[in-house]
Amino acid sequence: MAFLEVRNLSKSFPTPAGVRHVLKDVQLDVEYGEFVSLVGAMGSGKSTLLSLLAGLTSPDTGTVVLDGKPVTGVRSDAAFVFQNYSLLPWFSALENVRLGVQAAFPGASADEQKRRATEALERVGLGNALDRKPRQLSGGMRQRVSLARAFATEPRVLFLDEPFGALDALTRDALQQDLAQLCAGRDRPVTTVMITNSVEEAILLSDRIVPIVSGPPASLGASIPVELARPRTLAQLAHDEQATHARAHVVASLTASLQRRSRPLSAGAPKALSAAEPAKAPGPA
Amino acid sequence: MKRVINLLLPLCGIGMALAAWWAASVAVPDLPSPVRTWEESKLYVLEPLAYRGESDQGILLLAYYSLMRVARGFLLGIAIATPLGFLLGVSATLTRMFDPIMQVLRPISPLAWLPLGLVLFQKSEPAALFAIAVCSMWPTVINTMMGVRAIPQDYWNVAKVLRLSRTTTFIKIIVPATLPYMFTGYRLSLGIAWLVIVASEMLTGTPGVGGFLWQEYNSLVYAHILLAIITIGVVGFALDRLMGVAEARLRAS
Repeated sequence: MAFLEVRNLSKSFPTPAGVRHVLKDVQLDVEYGEFVSLVGAMGSGKSTLLSLLAGLTSPDTGTVVLDGKPVTGVRSDAAFVFQNYSLLPWFSALENVRLGVQAAFPGASADEQKRRATEALERVGLGNALDRKPRQLSGGMRQRVSLARAFATEPRVLFLDEPFGALDALTRDALQQDLAQLCAGRDRPVTTVMITNSVEEAILLSDRIVPIVSGPPASLGASIPVELARPRTLAQLAHDEQATHARAHVVASLTASLQRRSRPLSAGAPKALSAAEPAKAPGPA
Repeated sequence: MKRVINLLLPLCGIGMALAAWWAASVAVPDLPSPVRTWEESKLYVLEPLAYRGESDQGILLLAYYSLMRVARGFLLGIAIATPLGFLLGVSATLTRMFDPIMQVLRPISPLAWLPLGLVLFQKSEPAALFAIAVCSMWPTVINTMMGVRAIPQDYWNVAKVLRLSRTTTFIKIIVPATLPYMFTGYRLSLGIAWLVIVASEMLTGTPGVGGFLWQEYNSLVYAHILLAIITIGVVGFALDRLMGVAEARLRAS
Protein backbone atom coordinates (compact mmCIF):
# COMPACT_ATOMS: atom_id res chain seq x y z
CA MET A 1 0.00 0.00 0.00
CA ALA A 2 1.33 3.41 -1.00
CA PHE A 3 1.95 6.16 1.57
CA LEU A 4 -0.59 8.40 -0.11
CA GLU A 5 -3.43 6.69 -1.93
CA VAL A 6 -6.05 8.55 -3.91
CA ARG A 7 -8.99 6.59 -5.26
CA ASN A 8 -11.86 7.70 -7.55
CA LEU A 9 -11.66 11.29 -6.37
CA SER A 10 -14.30 13.65 -7.82
CA LYS A 11 -15.11 17.24 -7.01
CA SER A 12 -17.57 19.70 -8.46
CA PHE A 13 -18.62 23.22 -7.53
CA PRO A 14 -22.01 24.87 -7.98
CA THR A 15 -21.83 27.98 -10.18
CA PRO A 16 -24.56 30.31 -11.46
CA ALA A 17 -24.18 28.60 -14.85
CA GLY A 18 -24.67 25.13 -13.37
CA VAL A 19 -22.52 22.53 -11.67
CA ARG A 20 -18.86 22.64 -12.71
CA HIS A 21 -17.09 19.30 -12.56
CA VAL A 22 -13.48 20.11 -11.76
CA LEU A 23 -12.08 16.69 -11.05
CA LYS A 24 -13.30 13.28 -12.09
CA ASP A 25 -12.12 9.83 -11.05
CA VAL A 26 -8.63 10.84 -10.02
CA GLN A 27 -6.31 7.99 -9.01
CA LEU A 28 -2.86 8.61 -7.56
CA ASP A 29 -0.27 6.73 -5.51
CA VAL A 30 2.67 8.45 -3.87
CA GLU A 31 5.34 6.38 -2.12
CA TYR A 32 6.91 7.29 1.20
CA GLY A 33 9.59 9.94 0.70
CA GLU A 34 8.72 10.47 -2.93
CA PHE A 35 8.60 13.91 -4.60
CA VAL A 36 5.75 13.96 -7.10
CA SER A 37 4.86 16.93 -9.29
CA LEU A 38 1.42 17.42 -10.78
CA VAL A 39 1.87 19.46 -13.93
CA GLY A 40 -1.01 21.11 -15.73
CA ALA A 41 -2.21 24.30 -17.36
CA MET A 42 -3.92 27.10 -15.49
CA GLY A 43 -7.50 26.32 -14.56
CA SER A 44 -6.99 22.59 -14.87
CA GLY A 45 -8.14 21.91 -11.30
CA LYS A 46 -4.65 21.48 -9.86
CA SER A 47 -5.19 23.55 -6.76
CA THR A 48 -8.51 21.87 -6.07
CA LEU A 49 -6.78 18.51 -6.20
CA LEU A 50 -4.05 19.61 -3.79
CA SER A 51 -6.63 21.05 -1.36
CA LEU A 52 -8.36 17.68 -1.37
CA LEU A 53 -5.11 15.79 -0.76
CA ALA A 54 -4.21 18.12 2.10
CA GLY A 55 -7.65 17.87 3.67
CA LEU A 56 -8.44 21.58 3.21
CA THR A 57 -11.62 20.64 1.38
CA SER A 58 -13.51 17.38 1.16
CA PRO A 59 -14.31 15.51 -2.06
CA ASP A 60 -17.76 14.72 -3.46
CA THR A 61 -16.82 11.09 -3.91
CA GLY A 62 -13.68 9.01 -3.52
CA THR A 63 -11.09 8.68 -0.78
CA VAL A 64 -7.66 9.98 0.15
CA VAL A 65 -5.69 7.69 2.46
CA LEU A 66 -2.43 8.96 3.94
CA ASP A 67 -0.20 6.65 5.94
CA GLY A 68 -3.06 4.20 6.38
CA LYS A 69 -5.55 6.78 7.66
CA PRO A 70 -8.30 8.43 5.65
CA VAL A 71 -7.77 12.19 5.26
CA THR A 72 -10.66 14.09 6.83
CA GLY A 73 -8.94 17.35 7.74
CA VAL A 74 -5.52 18.96 7.83
CA ARG A 75 -3.01 16.55 9.40
CA SER A 76 -0.66 17.64 12.15
CA ASP A 77 2.35 16.25 10.26
CA ALA A 78 1.55 18.04 6.99
CA ALA A 79 2.81 21.42 5.82
CA PHE A 80 1.61 23.66 3.03
CA VAL A 81 3.27 26.34 0.90
CA PHE A 82 0.99 28.60 -1.13
CA GLN A 83 1.83 30.60 -4.22
CA ASN A 84 0.89 33.92 -2.60
CA TYR A 85 3.18 33.54 0.46
CA SER A 86 0.31 33.61 2.96
CA LEU A 87 2.33 35.38 5.61
CA LEU A 88 0.64 37.49 8.25
CA PRO A 89 1.71 41.10 7.60
CA TRP A 90 1.51 42.20 11.25
CA PHE A 91 4.10 39.62 12.33
CA SER A 92 7.84 39.59 11.67
CA ALA A 93 9.44 36.75 9.71
CA LEU A 94 10.38 35.08 12.99
CA GLU A 95 6.89 35.43 14.46
CA ASN A 96 5.33 34.04 11.30
CA VAL A 97 7.52 30.94 11.45
CA ARG A 98 7.03 30.69 15.19
CA LEU A 99 3.27 30.55 14.76
CA GLY A 100 3.77 27.37 12.74
CA VAL A 101 6.21 25.96 15.29
CA GLN A 102 3.83 26.70 18.16
CA ALA A 103 1.04 24.86 16.41
CA ALA A 104 3.27 21.87 15.55
CA PHE A 105 5.07 21.60 18.91
CA PRO A 106 2.63 22.93 21.50
CA GLY A 107 4.53 21.17 24.28
CA ALA A 108 7.85 22.86 23.55
CA SER A 109 9.06 25.76 25.70
CA ALA A 110 9.01 29.30 24.35
CA ASP A 111 12.81 29.26 24.01
CA GLU A 112 12.72 25.97 22.14
CA GLN A 113 10.05 27.27 19.78
CA LYS A 114 12.06 30.40 19.12
CA ARG A 115 15.20 28.35 18.50
CA ARG A 116 13.44 26.12 15.99
CA ALA A 117 11.96 29.11 14.16
CA THR A 118 15.32 30.90 14.08
CA GLU A 119 17.11 27.82 12.77
CA ALA A 120 14.51 27.30 10.07
CA LEU A 121 15.00 30.88 8.86
CA GLU A 122 18.79 30.55 9.02
CA ARG A 123 18.59 27.46 6.82
CA VAL A 124 16.96 29.52 4.06
CA GLY A 125 19.52 32.30 4.48
CA LEU A 126 17.29 34.74 6.36
CA GLY A 127 19.20 34.73 9.64
CA ASN A 128 19.66 38.50 9.34
CA ALA A 129 16.02 39.28 8.50
CA LEU A 130 14.32 37.70 11.51
CA ASP A 131 12.66 40.88 12.71
CA ARG A 132 11.56 42.20 9.34
CA LYS A 133 7.91 42.38 8.44
CA PRO A 134 6.76 40.65 5.24
CA ARG A 135 6.30 43.95 3.40
CA GLN A 136 9.95 44.77 4.07
CA LEU A 137 10.97 41.58 2.26
CA SER A 138 11.20 40.86 -1.47
CA GLY A 139 8.93 38.25 -3.05
CA GLY A 140 11.71 35.68 -3.01
CA MET A 141 12.49 36.34 0.65
CA ARG A 142 8.81 36.10 1.56
CA GLN A 143 8.54 32.74 -0.09
CA ARG A 144 11.69 31.66 1.77
CA VAL A 145 9.90 32.54 4.99
CA SER A 146 6.98 30.38 3.84
CA LEU A 147 9.38 27.51 3.14
CA ALA A 148 11.00 28.02 6.54
CA ARG A 149 7.58 27.96 8.20
CA ALA A 150 6.72 24.72 6.42
CA PHE A 151 10.01 22.98 7.23
CA ALA A 152 10.19 24.27 10.81
CA THR A 153 7.24 22.06 11.69
CA GLU A 154 9.28 19.00 10.56
CA PRO A 155 6.48 17.71 8.37
CA ARG A 156 6.24 14.18 7.02
CA VAL A 157 4.12 15.40 4.11
CA LEU A 158 4.58 18.60 2.18
CA PHE A 159 2.02 20.15 -0.17
CA LEU A 160 3.31 22.86 -2.49
CA ASP A 161 0.78 24.87 -4.49
CA GLU A 162 2.77 26.57 -7.30
CA PRO A 163 5.25 27.69 -4.67
CA PHE A 164 7.37 29.76 -7.07
CA GLY A 165 4.64 30.89 -9.47
CA ALA A 166 4.70 34.52 -8.33
CA LEU A 167 8.48 34.96 -8.59
CA ASP A 168 10.69 36.25 -11.37
CA ALA A 169 12.79 33.71 -13.24
CA LEU A 170 16.11 34.28 -11.44
CA THR A 171 14.61 34.23 -7.96
CA ARG A 172 12.67 31.18 -9.00
CA ASP A 173 15.88 29.30 -9.88
CA ALA A 174 17.44 30.17 -6.54
CA LEU A 175 14.41 29.07 -4.56
CA GLN A 176 14.09 25.81 -6.45
CA GLN A 177 17.62 24.97 -5.35
CA ASP A 178 16.77 26.02 -1.78
CA LEU A 179 13.79 23.69 -1.78
CA ALA A 180 15.84 20.80 -3.19
CA GLN A 181 18.40 21.33 -0.43
CA LEU A 182 15.76 21.54 2.28
CA CYS A 183 14.25 18.27 1.08
CA ALA A 184 17.64 16.56 0.86
CA GLY A 185 18.99 17.90 4.15
CA ARG A 186 16.50 16.19 6.41
CA ASP A 187 17.02 13.25 8.74
CA ARG A 188 13.88 11.52 7.55
CA PRO A 189 12.48 12.02 4.09
CA VAL A 190 9.50 14.25 3.43
CA THR A 191 6.85 13.00 1.05
CA THR A 192 6.07 15.90 -1.26
CA VAL A 193 3.30 16.68 -3.71
CA MET A 194 3.94 19.83 -5.75
CA ILE A 195 1.69 21.56 -8.21
CA THR A 196 3.28 23.56 -10.97
CA ASN A 197 2.75 24.72 -14.52
CA SER A 198 6.46 24.58 -15.26
CA VAL A 199 7.73 21.34 -16.78
CA GLU A 200 11.29 22.45 -16.14
CA GLU A 201 10.64 22.99 -12.44
CA ALA A 202 8.99 19.58 -12.20
CA ILE A 203 11.98 17.84 -13.83
CA LEU A 204 14.43 19.70 -11.59
CA LEU A 205 12.74 18.71 -8.35
CA SER A 206 10.68 15.56 -8.75
CA ASP A 207 11.11 11.81 -8.70
CA ARG A 208 7.98 11.47 -10.79
CA ILE A 209 5.79 13.75 -12.85
CA VAL A 210 2.05 13.27 -13.27
CA PRO A 211 0.42 15.33 -16.02
CA ILE A 212 -3.06 16.66 -15.43
CA VAL A 213 -5.09 16.06 -18.58
CA SER A 214 -8.18 17.54 -20.20
CA GLY A 215 -9.67 19.67 -17.48
CA PRO A 216 -12.35 20.33 -16.61
CA PRO A 217 -13.15 17.80 -15.37
CA ALA A 218 -9.49 16.94 -15.02
CA SER A 219 -8.04 13.52 -14.52
CA LEU A 220 -4.44 12.36 -14.25
CA GLY A 221 -2.31 11.04 -17.11
CA ALA A 222 0.23 8.22 -16.92
CA SER A 223 3.11 9.20 -14.65
CA ILE A 224 6.58 9.85 -16.02
CA PRO A 225 9.57 8.94 -13.84
CA VAL A 226 12.52 11.35 -13.66
CA GLU A 227 15.54 9.16 -13.03
CA LEU A 228 18.26 11.77 -12.74
CA ALA A 229 20.99 11.88 -10.13
CA ARG A 230 20.79 14.65 -7.53
CA PRO A 231 21.75 17.38 -7.01
CA ARG A 232 20.39 18.60 -10.32
CA THR A 233 20.99 21.96 -11.92
CA LEU A 234 19.07 23.70 -14.66
CA ALA A 235 22.22 23.94 -16.80
CA GLN A 236 22.73 20.21 -16.58
CA LEU A 237 19.07 19.54 -17.37
CA ALA A 238 19.26 21.55 -20.56
CA HIS A 239 21.56 18.98 -22.19
CA ASP A 240 20.86 15.76 -20.32
CA GLU A 241 19.35 13.02 -22.48
CA GLN A 242 17.13 11.66 -19.71
CA ALA A 243 15.80 15.10 -18.96
CA THR A 244 15.12 15.80 -22.63
CA HIS A 245 13.25 12.53 -22.84
CA ALA A 246 11.13 13.27 -19.75
CA ARG A 247 10.42 16.80 -20.97
CA ALA A 248 9.26 15.57 -24.37
CA HIS A 249 7.07 12.97 -22.70
CA VAL A 250 5.38 15.44 -20.34
CA VAL A 251 4.89 18.06 -23.03
CA ALA A 252 3.43 15.46 -25.40
CA SER A 253 0.84 14.24 -22.92
CA LEU A 254 -0.07 17.80 -21.92
CA THR A 255 -0.48 19.04 -25.51
CA ALA A 256 -2.50 15.95 -26.39
CA SER A 257 -4.90 16.78 -23.59
CA LEU A 258 -5.05 20.45 -24.58
CA GLN A 259 -5.87 19.54 -28.17
CA ARG A 260 -8.59 17.21 -27.02
CA ARG A 261 -10.01 20.06 -25.04
CA SER A 262 -9.88 22.63 -27.83
CA ARG A 263 -11.24 20.47 -30.67
CA PRO A 264 -14.96 20.71 -29.81
CA LEU A 265 -14.52 24.45 -29.41
CA SER A 266 -13.09 24.97 -32.89
CA ALA A 267 -15.78 22.76 -34.37
CA GLY A 268 -18.41 24.90 -32.71
CA ALA A 269 -16.91 28.22 -33.75
CA PRO A 270 -18.10 28.37 -37.42
CA LYS A 271 -21.62 27.50 -36.30
CA ALA A 272 -21.69 30.40 -33.89
CA LEU A 273 -20.44 32.72 -36.60
CA SER A 274 -23.01 31.67 -39.18
CA ALA A 275 -25.74 32.03 -36.60
CA ALA A 276 -24.65 35.56 -35.83
CA GLU A 277 -24.45 36.72 -39.46
CA PRO A 278 -28.13 36.65 -40.47
CA ALA A 279 -29.04 38.45 -37.28
CA LYS A 280 -26.57 41.21 -38.12
CA ALA A 281 -27.54 41.57 -41.80
CA PRO A 282 -30.85 43.47 -41.39
CA GLY A 283 -29.16 46.14 -39.33
CA PRO A 284 -27.41 48.20 -42.04
CA ALA A 285 -30.16 47.47 -44.63
CA MET B 1 4.78 80.50 -1.01
CA LYS B 2 2.66 77.38 -1.01
CA ARG B 3 2.76 77.35 2.78
CA VAL B 4 1.48 80.89 2.93
CA ILE B 5 -1.42 80.00 0.66
CA ASN B 6 -2.17 76.89 2.70
CA LEU B 7 -2.45 79.10 5.77
CA LEU B 8 -4.21 81.95 4.04
CA LEU B 9 -7.04 80.00 2.43
CA PRO B 10 -8.51 78.58 5.67
CA LEU B 11 -8.17 82.05 7.24
CA CYS B 12 -10.15 83.50 4.32
CA GLY B 13 -12.88 80.91 4.95
CA ILE B 14 -13.01 81.74 8.65
CA GLY B 15 -13.12 85.44 7.82
CA MET B 16 -16.07 84.92 5.48
CA ALA B 17 -17.93 82.88 8.08
CA LEU B 18 -17.38 85.65 10.64
CA ALA B 19 -18.65 88.19 8.10
CA ALA B 20 -21.80 86.12 7.56
CA TRP B 21 -22.26 85.86 11.32
CA TRP B 22 -21.87 89.62 11.69
CA ALA B 23 -24.37 90.25 8.87
CA ALA B 24 -26.87 87.91 10.55
CA SER B 25 -26.39 89.73 13.87
CA VAL B 26 -27.24 93.01 12.15
CA ALA B 27 -30.42 91.53 10.70
CA VAL B 28 -31.50 89.77 13.93
CA PRO B 29 -31.01 92.09 16.92
CA ASP B 30 -31.17 89.22 19.46
CA LEU B 31 -28.15 87.50 17.89
CA PRO B 32 -24.89 88.85 19.37
CA SER B 33 -22.23 89.91 16.88
CA PRO B 34 -18.81 88.20 16.93
CA VAL B 35 -17.31 91.10 18.85
CA ARG B 36 -20.09 91.15 21.45
CA THR B 37 -19.84 87.36 21.81
CA TRP B 38 -16.16 87.72 22.56
CA GLU B 39 -16.73 90.57 25.00
CA GLU B 40 -19.29 88.59 26.96
CA SER B 41 -17.43 85.26 26.78
CA LYS B 42 -13.85 86.24 27.37
CA LEU B 43 -14.07 85.60 31.10
CA TYR B 44 -14.91 81.96 30.35
CA VAL B 45 -12.19 81.61 27.74
CA LEU B 46 -9.40 83.50 29.51
CA GLU B 47 -10.05 81.70 32.78
CA PRO B 48 -10.99 78.37 31.31
CA LEU B 49 -10.57 76.37 34.53
CA ALA B 50 -12.22 78.82 36.93
CA TYR B 51 -14.93 77.50 39.24
CA ARG B 52 -17.32 80.25 40.37
CA GLY B 53 -20.18 78.00 41.33
CA GLU B 54 -22.24 75.16 39.85
CA SER B 55 -23.68 77.26 37.03
CA ASP B 56 -20.71 79.52 36.40
CA GLN B 57 -17.53 77.71 35.35
CA GLY B 58 -14.67 78.11 32.86
CA ILE B 59 -15.29 76.67 29.42
CA LEU B 60 -12.56 74.02 29.64
CA LEU B 61 -13.95 72.78 32.93
CA LEU B 62 -17.37 72.44 31.30
CA ALA B 63 -15.84 70.69 28.31
CA TYR B 64 -14.02 68.39 30.70
CA TYR B 65 -17.30 67.31 32.36
CA SER B 66 -18.81 66.62 28.96
CA LEU B 67 -15.73 64.75 27.77
CA MET B 68 -15.70 62.52 30.85
CA ARG B 69 -19.35 61.69 30.30
CA VAL B 70 -18.69 60.99 26.63
CA ALA B 71 -15.68 58.84 27.49
CA ARG B 72 -17.73 56.67 29.83
CA GLY B 73 -20.65 56.35 27.44
CA PHE B 74 -18.36 55.71 24.49
CA LEU B 75 -16.31 53.06 26.34
CA LEU B 76 -19.51 51.36 27.42
CA GLY B 77 -20.75 51.49 23.84
CA ILE B 78 -17.65 50.01 22.23
CA ALA B 79 -17.31 47.45 25.01
CA ILE B 80 -20.64 46.07 23.83
CA ALA B 81 -20.20 46.86 20.14
CA THR B 82 -16.77 45.29 19.52
CA PRO B 83 -17.58 41.71 20.64
CA LEU B 84 -20.97 42.02 18.94
CA GLY B 85 -19.24 43.05 15.70
CA PHE B 86 -16.87 40.06 15.91
CA LEU B 87 -19.74 37.65 16.52
CA LEU B 88 -21.77 39.04 13.62
CA GLY B 89 -18.71 39.00 11.37
CA VAL B 90 -17.93 35.36 12.08
CA SER B 91 -21.45 33.96 12.05
CA ALA B 92 -23.81 34.38 9.13
CA THR B 93 -26.61 32.87 11.22
CA LEU B 94 -26.28 35.55 13.90
CA THR B 95 -26.15 38.26 11.24
CA ARG B 96 -29.41 37.06 9.73
CA MET B 97 -30.92 36.87 13.20
CA PHE B 98 -29.95 40.38 14.33
CA ASP B 99 -29.59 42.42 11.16
CA PRO B 100 -33.26 43.55 10.98
CA ILE B 101 -33.36 44.67 14.60
CA MET B 102 -30.04 46.50 14.17
CA GLN B 103 -31.31 48.36 11.13
CA VAL B 104 -34.36 49.45 13.12
CA LEU B 105 -32.44 50.55 16.22
CA ARG B 106 -29.71 52.40 14.33
CA PRO B 107 -31.65 55.46 13.12
CA ILE B 108 -33.27 56.20 16.50
CA SER B 109 -32.35 59.67 17.80
CA PRO B 110 -30.67 60.15 21.18
CA LEU B 111 -33.62 62.33 22.16
CA ALA B 112 -35.81 59.23 21.90
CA TRP B 113 -33.48 56.99 23.92
CA LEU B 114 -32.98 59.39 26.80
CA PRO B 115 -36.49 59.22 28.33
CA LEU B 116 -36.30 55.44 28.09
CA GLY B 117 -32.99 55.61 29.96
CA LEU B 118 -34.59 57.77 32.64
CA VAL B 119 -37.40 55.22 33.01
CA LEU B 120 -34.89 52.37 33.21
CA PHE B 121 -32.34 53.93 35.58
CA GLN B 122 -34.32 56.66 37.37
CA LYS B 123 -31.29 59.00 37.39
CA SER B 124 -30.03 61.38 34.76
CA GLU B 125 -26.35 60.34 34.75
CA PRO B 126 -26.83 56.62 33.89
CA ALA B 127 -29.61 57.61 31.48
CA ALA B 128 -27.16 59.87 29.62
CA LEU B 129 -24.55 57.08 29.48
CA PHE B 130 -27.21 54.70 28.21
CA ALA B 131 -28.22 57.09 25.43
CA ILE B 132 -24.60 57.70 24.40
CA ALA B 133 -23.76 53.99 24.40
CA VAL B 134 -26.84 52.93 22.46
CA CYS B 135 -26.48 55.65 19.83
CA SER B 136 -22.73 55.47 19.32
CA MET B 137 -22.24 51.71 19.17
CA TRP B 138 -23.54 51.05 15.64
CA PRO B 139 -20.61 52.25 13.54
CA THR B 140 -18.31 50.06 15.64
CA VAL B 141 -20.60 47.03 15.30
CA ILE B 142 -20.87 47.46 11.56
CA ASN B 143 -17.22 48.26 10.88
CA THR B 144 -15.93 45.41 13.02
CA MET B 145 -18.33 43.04 11.28
CA MET B 146 -17.17 44.28 7.88
CA GLY B 147 -13.54 43.97 8.96
CA VAL B 148 -13.96 40.33 9.90
CA ARG B 149 -15.72 39.61 6.62
CA ALA B 150 -12.94 41.34 4.66
CA ILE B 151 -10.21 39.04 6.03
CA PRO B 152 -8.54 37.55 2.93
CA GLN B 153 -8.88 33.83 2.29
CA ASP B 154 -5.07 33.60 2.58
CA TYR B 155 -5.19 34.31 6.29
CA TRP B 156 -7.95 31.78 6.88
CA ASN B 157 -5.80 29.28 4.96
CA VAL B 158 -2.89 29.98 7.30
CA ALA B 159 -5.14 29.23 10.27
CA LYS B 160 -6.38 26.06 8.62
CA VAL B 161 -3.01 24.79 7.48
CA LEU B 162 -1.27 25.48 10.79
CA ARG B 163 -4.25 23.99 12.60
CA LEU B 164 -4.48 26.99 14.89
CA SER B 165 -6.95 26.73 17.74
CA ARG B 166 -10.00 29.01 17.78
CA THR B 167 -8.43 31.21 20.45
CA THR B 168 -5.10 31.51 18.61
CA THR B 169 -6.87 32.23 15.32
CA PHE B 170 -8.86 34.95 17.05
CA ILE B 171 -5.89 36.61 18.77
CA LYS B 172 -3.26 36.22 16.06
CA ILE B 173 -5.32 36.56 12.90
CA ILE B 174 -8.86 37.87 13.31
CA VAL B 175 -8.09 40.73 15.73
CA PRO B 176 -5.02 42.14 13.95
CA ALA B 177 -6.69 41.84 10.54
CA THR B 178 -9.80 43.65 11.81
CA LEU B 179 -8.03 46.34 13.87
CA PRO B 180 -7.96 49.07 11.19
CA TYR B 181 -11.70 48.62 10.51
CA MET B 182 -12.41 48.58 14.22
CA PHE B 183 -10.62 51.89 14.68
CA THR B 184 -12.56 53.49 11.85
CA GLY B 185 -15.65 52.34 13.74
CA TYR B 186 -14.33 53.83 17.00
CA ARG B 187 -13.68 57.11 15.30
CA LEU B 188 -17.21 57.33 13.91
CA SER B 189 -18.67 56.15 17.22
CA LEU B 190 -16.81 58.82 19.13
CA GLY B 191 -18.15 61.44 16.75
CA ILE B 192 -21.71 60.28 17.42
CA ALA B 193 -21.10 60.08 21.17
CA TRP B 194 -20.05 63.74 21.12
CA LEU B 195 -23.23 64.64 19.20
CA VAL B 196 -25.36 62.80 21.74
CA ILE B 197 -23.75 64.44 24.78
CA VAL B 198 -25.15 67.87 24.01
CA ALA B 199 -28.69 66.59 23.59
CA SER B 200 -28.54 64.48 26.72
CA GLU B 201 -27.09 67.31 28.84
CA MET B 202 -29.72 69.69 27.57
CA LEU B 203 -32.52 67.31 28.51
CA THR B 204 -31.14 66.29 31.90
CA GLY B 205 -29.63 69.64 32.87
CA THR B 206 -26.34 68.13 34.01
CA PRO B 207 -23.22 70.35 34.11
CA GLY B 208 -21.23 70.30 30.89
CA VAL B 209 -21.07 72.23 27.62
CA GLY B 210 -24.56 71.13 26.57
CA GLY B 211 -26.04 71.86 29.98
CA PHE B 212 -24.36 75.26 29.98
CA LEU B 213 -25.81 76.03 26.56
CA TRP B 214 -29.38 75.32 27.69
CA GLN B 215 -28.95 77.14 30.98
CA GLU B 216 -27.62 80.28 29.26
CA TYR B 217 -30.47 80.15 26.75
CA ASN B 218 -32.92 80.12 29.63
CA SER B 219 -31.08 83.03 31.28
CA LEU B 220 -31.17 84.92 27.95
CA VAL B 221 -27.36 85.21 27.69
CA TYR B 222 -27.28 84.48 23.98
CA ALA B 223 -23.55 85.15 23.54
CA HIS B 224 -22.84 82.12 25.68
CA ILE B 225 -24.91 79.93 23.39
CA LEU B 226 -22.51 80.83 20.61
CA LEU B 227 -19.53 80.24 22.89
CA ALA B 228 -20.89 76.76 23.71
CA ILE B 229 -21.55 75.99 20.04
CA ILE B 230 -18.02 76.95 19.03
CA THR B 231 -16.57 74.93 21.93
CA ILE B 232 -18.58 71.87 20.93
CA GLY B 233 -17.33 72.18 17.36
CA VAL B 234 -13.69 72.68 18.29
CA VAL B 235 -13.66 69.81 20.78
CA GLY B 236 -15.42 67.50 18.31
CA PHE B 237 -12.87 68.41 15.65
CA ALA B 238 -9.98 67.78 18.05
CA LEU B 239 -11.42 64.39 19.03
CA ASP B 240 -11.78 63.35 15.41
CA ARG B 241 -8.23 64.45 14.64
CA LEU B 242 -6.86 62.51 17.62
CA MET B 243 -8.66 59.36 16.54
CA GLY B 244 -7.49 59.98 12.99
CA VAL B 245 -3.87 60.10 14.15
CA ALA B 246 -4.34 56.91 16.18
CA GLU B 247 -5.90 55.24 13.16
CA ALA B 248 -3.09 56.30 10.83
CA ARG B 249 -0.47 55.05 13.31
CA LEU B 250 -2.26 51.73 13.42
CA ARG B 251 -2.42 51.35 9.67
CA ALA B 252 1.26 52.20 9.30
CA SER B 253 2.52 49.70 11.88
